[in-house]
Amino acid sequence: MKINIPTPLRAFTDKQATVEVNGATVQAGLDALVAAHPELKNHLFTPDGKLRSFVNVYLNDDDVRYLPAAEASAVSADDELTIIPSIAGGTGLSASRALCCR
Amino acid sequence: MKLHITQTDYDALRAHGEETYPHECCGVLLGHAKDDGNHVSAIVRAGNTRTDSAHNRYNISPMELIKIQREGRKQGLDIVGFYHSHPDHPAMWSSTDFAEAHWFGCCYVITSVDKGKANLTNAFHLAGTTEDDKAFQQEEILITKAVGENA
Repeated sequence: MKINIPTPLRAFTDKQATVEVNGATVQAGLDALVAAHPELKNHLFTPDGKLRSFVNVYLNDDDVRYLPAAEASAVSADDELTIIPSIAGGTGLSASRALCCR
Repeated sequence: MKLHITQTDYDALRAHGEETYPHECCGVLLGHAKDDGNHVSAIVRAGNTRTDSAHNRYNISPMELIKIQREGRKQGLDIVGFYHSHPDHPAMWSSTDFAEAHWFGCCYVITSVDKGKANLTNAFHLAGTTEDDKAFQQEEILITKAVGENA
């Protein structure tokens, strides 16, 4: 299957925007990706092996977290995985409060 | 490192903030990463999913982001950054912006919109490679000529 790599993680895939891997499930595909590009591991997974909270993985147009079998979902060679970090922010404060910067 | 963007795109992202005021706007910068910084070729408006707190938060749904990424690739463009507005707040990154920043190497553009009028626009490069060493670095916004635009 093809895995789409977002721009910030391409530094760890030899600048490849897509990586072809073999695997019968989403998890197997991710494992194959990490095996081929070990530096990705810490960016995608927590030390106990769970996807980081800000890392979204989509199987075609479906968020893997919400699939009935989640990462165990079966995939075919024609399927496409997309890794997409979340994008969010904002002042996070009420309108009358000052900003807080590090 | 500088953010390279046309006047048209720069004006458009600022206008977006005025249109959504008093709520935050958000969008994506498509283009190319080069040695001298990110070059923006197009901006794409996105919806703010934080309807519960749109005056001080923004979030782009992953699926919308994937669609924007797909459309960008058809044009040979990558996601090189994002923009959002700070209604009645300075154009500086907030602790929320920092905590939610995960697109290393990309540019985060913030426009302060004061009483409905776009004020200052700043650009911040997300440096680092991990959550532990990341940092926002302010970078200059360089207004460029659009392709085909006369000098």
